[in-house]
Amino acid sequence: MRDHSTALAHQFDDIGQQHESASLGMWIFLATEVMFFGGMFLGYSVYRGWYTAAYGEASRHLDIVLGAINTGVLLCSSLTMALAVHAAQLGGRRVVTLFLIATIVLGSVFLGIKGFEYYHKYEEHLIPGPDFRFEGPNAGHAQIFFSFYFVMTGMHALHMIVGIGIMLVMIRLTRRGRFSPEYYFPVEMTGLYWHFVDIVWVFLFPLLYLVDRS
Amino acid sequence: MSEHIVAKKIYYTVFGSLMALLGATVAIAYIHLGKLNVIAALTIAVIKAVLIILYFMHVRYSSRLLWIFVGAGFFWLGILFALSYSDFFTRGWLSLPTGWE
Repeated sequence: MRDHSTALAHQFDDIGQQHESASLGMWIFLATEVMFFGGMFLGYSVYRGWYTAAYGEASRHLDIVLGAINTGVLLCSSLTMALAVHAAQLGGRRVVTLFLIATIVLGSVFLGIKGFEYYHKYEEHLIPGPDFRFEGPNAGHAQIFFSFYFVMTGMHALHMIVGIGIMLVMIRLTRRGRFSPEYYFPVEMTGLYWHFVDIVWVFLFPLLYLVDRS
Repeated sequence: MSEHIVAKKIYYTVFGSLMALLGATVAIAYIHLGKLNVIAALTIAVIKAVLIILYFMHVRYSSRLLWIFVGAGFFWLGILFALSYSDFFTRGWLSLPTGWE
């Protein structure tokens, strides 16, 4: 039996196959993202093995409270995202919009706190470059830690900004009535992307803020 | 409908577990355990990631084919780490003959 809904693209047998294709395609993209962030995690850990003491000193300059609050904020945003997808599966247009807005607000709070942390690092002269100031013999190696800190959290923040942009598009499409309980895949794929970005932070937070604390 | 709709209760349970694990990982960071600190932090991070992938990302309810795609990404990440580590952290094991430094 062929599905005659307007959502079904003509190259697919049925909507289930279309959904499977969307998921597989998204996961191929996420695999490339795993490799992209994986390279940075590898670099971080190799230098950590070599300059363990400097990493410890540098890591203690990060604000653990702000880091923990931000992790909580991001996990909340993952919940609201999951609930947005849930609502999309049931076809509740208003609820989808509200949960997507909640996710955007939480994502923006995260970016705001991150920006505040960056500004604080700027004031402390901890941004790698000619203005970098660090007490003690490990200054050069500490600069490597902060290079990884800024590149990794910066790339993560960039992904969040992109995610917020995609969610704004999803809100627009939802309000125009493009989705139904049968066809909500773009909202779900946006969710996959957002949850992936959350997972990256789940690893960044302990590695950058926590492991050298005690 | 081909898609499995996850009950809201499951999302709330997973979210509660994630927040509890966040609390645990922060608390453990203040206890001095030496090398175990890193292992504990990474173990908790992996548990959190698996919870997010299985439930928030619906992988638990997806086809076997999707599992392979998901696994492939992380398998390749494993290759990246295994081969790189086998280089970087074994360099001191053998002394090079003179002239090779």
